[in-house]
Amino acid sequence: MSSADLAHERDLAQQRAAAQKGDLAPEHDGPRDTGLDDASLDRWLARTWQTAPGIIGALSSVDHKIVARRYLITAFFFLCLGGLSAVAMRIQLSGPERGLIGPDRYNQLFTMHGVTMMFLFAVPIVQATGIYLVPLMVGTRNIAFPRLNAFSFWIYLSGGLFAWVSFALDMAPDVGWFSYVPLSGPEFGPGKRSDVWAQMITYTEVSSLAVAVATIVTVLKQRAPGMSLDKIPLYVWAMLVTSFVIVFAMPAVMITSTFLILDRLVGTHIFNPAEGGDVLLFQHLFWFFGHPEVYIIFLPATGMVSSVIAAFARRPVFGYLGMVLSLISVGFLSFGLWVHHMFATGLPKLGASFFTASSMLIAIPNGLQIFCWLATLWDGKPIVRTPLLFVFGFFFTFVAGGLTGVMLASVPLDLQVHDTYFVVAHFHYVLIGGSVFPLLGATYFWFPKITGRIMNERLGRWHFWLAFIGFNAAFFPMHIVGLWGMPRRVYTYPAELGWGNINLFITAGAVVLFLSFVLFTINLVHSALRGAPAGDNPWNAGTLEWATMSPPPNYNFAHIPVVTHAEPLWAERDTLPVATGLRVDVRELVISTVAEAHPDVREKSATPSIWPLFAALAVGATFLYSIFSPWAVVWGAGPIAITLIGWFWPKGDPEDEE
Amino acid sequence: MKQRPAADLSELPTFGLGPRSPTWWGTLAFMALEGTGFALAAGAYLYLAYLSPEWPLGVPPPNHWPGTIVMLLLLASVVPNHILNRYAEACAMVPVRIGLLVMALLGIAPLVVRWFEFPALNIYWDTNAYGSMLWVLLGLHTTHLITDVGDTLVLTVLMFTRHGYSGRRFGDVGDNVFYWDFVVATWIPIYLFIYWTPRLG
Repeated sequence: MSSADLAHERDLAQQRAAAQKGDLAPEHDGPRDTGLDDASLDRWLARTWQTAPGIIGALSSVDHKIVARRYLITAFFFLCLGGLSAVAMRIQLSGPERGLIGPDRYNQLFTMHGVTMMFLFAVPIVQATGIYLVPLMVGTRNIAFPRLNAFSFWIYLSGGLFAWVSFALDMAPDVGWFSYVPLSGPEFGPGKRSDVWAQMITYTEVSSLAVAVATIVTVLKQRAPGMSLDKIPLYVWAMLVTSFVIVFAMPAVMITSTFLILDRLVGTHIFNPAEGGDVLLFQHLFWFFGHPEVYIIFLPATGMVSSVIAAFARRPVFGYLGMVLSLISVGFLSFGLWVHHMFATGLPKLGASFFTASSMLIAIPNGLQIFCWLATLWDGKPIVRTPLLFVFGFFFTFVAGGLTGVMLASVPLDLQVHDTYFVVAHFHYVLIGGSVFPLLGATYFWFPKITGRIMNERLGRWHFWLAFIGFNAAFFPMHIVGLWGMPRRVYTYPAELGWGNINLFITAGAVVLFLSFVLFTINLVHSALRGAPAGDNPWNAGTLEWATMSPPPNYNFAHIPVVTHAEPLWAERDTLPVATGLRVDVRELVISTVAEAHPDVREKSATPSIWPLFAALAVGATFLYSIFSPWAVVWGAGPIAITLIGWFWPKGDPEDEE
Repeated sequence: MKQRPAADLSELPTFGLGPRSPTWWGTLAFMALEGTGFALAAGAYLYLAYLSPEWPLGVPPPNHWPGTIVMLLLLASVVPNHILNRYAEACAMVPVRIGLLVMALLGIAPLVVRWFEFPALNIYWDTNAYGSMLWVLLGLHTTHLITDVGDTLVLTVLMFTRHGYSGRRFGDVGDNVFYWDFVVATWIPIYLFIYWTPRLG
C-alpha cells in the first residue's frame, strides 16, 4: 500500500490551500521521524511523550496507560472491598439465627456490595481495560481527549472513596443497589444514606460517560491508516458498542439520582404519589439504565473472549461480520427489555408480553456469538492455557445463567421467584460467568503486555479450578434455596425452615471462591516482580498491541502502523508496514477518516496538566456539599468554572498553539 | 518487529475543521448524551401528565410570553451564529471577533428573559409534581444556556489574545457554533412541553 492509496493527493492540495489562507500564525515545523535511526527516534519520542517525574508530574499525567493502570488497581481494590462484604454476609448466613451482623449493618453491607461491584468495579474495570488497550489496538499514541480521561479517573476515585468513607461512618446507603422509592425517598429514608447513594451514582456516571466519549472518538478518528471498519479488532468493536450504550443509558440513572436528591433535598414531588408524582417512574428510569448496564459489563467481555480465542485457536474468529452485527444488535436490544425487572409491579398484560418476547429475542444474537466462538475453536488448533481455561469457564457459566434468564423472562415463573435467591443465583451466573471469568482470562492474556512478564501458569490453573468449583458450589445451590422460597436481602432465617445446611454449603463455596482470589492476588504480585520475561508477542497474537514492546513505551509505537488486514501481525509476519512523516518534537498523532481510516490530519495530542485534577476536586467537592445544601450548585459553579478555564486556556505549548 | 515505511504523512495538514476534527465528534457525543437526558426528563414529564387526571395540576397554565420571547431570540440567533461559522471556516480574525461578541450578547439576552420565565410558571417546584417537572425542564435547559454562554465568553476573550491565531481556535469557534445550535434546538420541544402541553386539555 502506498501513501497515494491512503491520502488522496488531490484532497491534500486543497487542504493545504485552505489551511494557508486566513489569519493564522505561520506554521512551525520541527524534526520529523522520516529517516531517523531507531535510537534517536526513541530518544525524541520518549522525551516528547514522557510524564514528568515527581509528584506533580504523576498527578498531571495524561498517558492513557498510566491512567488505565491507576483505574485497574483502584477497581481491583474495590473488588476486594465488595468481595469482603460478600464474605461477611455469607458468614452471617452460614447458619440460622447467627448474631455476627445485625439487620442495619447487613442492609448497608448488601447495598455496598451491589453498588461497589456494579459502579466501582465492573463498569470501571471494563472501561479501564479499554483505556489501556483500545489506543494500542487501533495503533495510536494516546486516547482522544487525554485530559478528560485523567479527569474521569479522579472523579471515579473520589466517588468510590466517598461511598466507602460513608460506610466507615455508618452512613452508607442501606436501601439496595437500585435504591427504590418510597423506601429511599424523604418520607422513609431519613438521614443522609440515600443521598450518599444518589451522589455516588453522579460521580461514577460522570466518570464513565467521559471515558465513553473518549473511547468513541478514539475508535472513530484515531485508527491507524488503513484500518477500515471491516479491519477493526472485535474487542475494539465491543468497546465502541459499549461506549454508545453508555452514552444513551447512563444519563437515565443520572436523571434518576438527580430527581431523587431533588425530592429529598428541595422538596420536589416527582416520586411522591400524594402530590401527582409516581413511584414506578423511578423504576422505569432506573431500569432504562439498569438493563443496558448488564450489557455494558458483558459486551467488553465478549470482546476479550474474541481476542483470547483468536490467539489460542490460532485463527481469526469465525464469522467476523456476524460477530459485529451481533454486538450492535445486542446494543440496540438492550434498551428494549428494562421492564422485565418490573414484572412484579402489576403491569398491563400486553406490556408484559412484549417485554417477555424482547427478553427472549436478545438470546439470539448472544447465542450466535457463542456458536461463532465454538466454530473458531473447532476449526482452529486450540492451545489450552489459563486464558482459554477461563473462556471455557465463561461458556459453561454464562450459558447456564442465560438459560435461567430465559426462564425468568416468562412472567408466571418470574412472579414465583421474584426477590428470591433464584434471582441472586441467576444474575451472579450472568455477571460473574459473563464478565468476571472473561476478565480473569483477559488478565492472564494481557498481563504480559502491561508488565512485560508472563503470569505463572501453574498458579493460574489452580486459580481457575478453585474459582470455577468455588463459584458453582456457592451459587448453584442458591437456585434451589430460592425455589424453596428463601428471599434475598434477609440478614437471617429461623432454623425451622431447614435452610441451614444448604446455606452452610454455599458459604463453604464462597470461601473457596475467595481463596481463589487470594491465589490470584499472589500470582499477580509474584509475576509482576519475578515472572518470566514476555517479549513483544508471547502468544503470537495478531492485533496491533502486540506489535510494540511489553510494556509499551510512553509513545506506544515508534512509527504509526499501516493496516492491511484484520489481524495485521498475521498478515505481515516479517516486517510491519508503517507511516512516516510525523513530528517527533511535539505530541503528534494521525487523525483518520471515520469509515475508511484514510489519514487526514496530523493533530497534536494534549500535554500533561494538573488542571483535570483541580477540576475533579472542584466538581467532587460540589457533589459532596450538595448532599447537605442546594446552594452547593451556586458556590461550586465558580471553582468549577475557574478550573475548567485553567484546563482549556492555552499555555504556549506547541500542542496548544498549532 | 522490523518496520518498513509504507506511507508518507508529512504533507498532511495540522488541523481539520468540522467532522474532520476529533473535538467535533466529542461535541456530538456530548450532545447525544445530554439530548438523552433531555428526552428522559421530557418522558418523565409526559408520563406524569398521562397518569394525572388533570394537567396542569391545580393552577392555571404558565404565562407563555417570556418563554416565547426566549424562543424568538434563540431562533434569531441562529443566523449570526452561522455567519460566524462561515468566517471561522475561513479563519478570518476580525469578523470572528465581531461575531463572537454578537453571539455573547445574543446568549446573555435570553438568559435575562429566562429570569422572568421562572415566576411566569405560576407554580413553585415544591407545590406538586407538575410544578416540580416544569422547574426541572426549565432548569435543565437553563444549565445548558449558562454553560454555553460561559464558554462563548471565555472563547471571545481567547480570540482577542495572541492564542487566537491558530487553526485549532477557529475550530473551537466552529464547535461553539455547533453547540449553540443544540441549545436552540433543545429549547423547541422543552418550550412546547412547558407552555403548550398544559393548554391542550
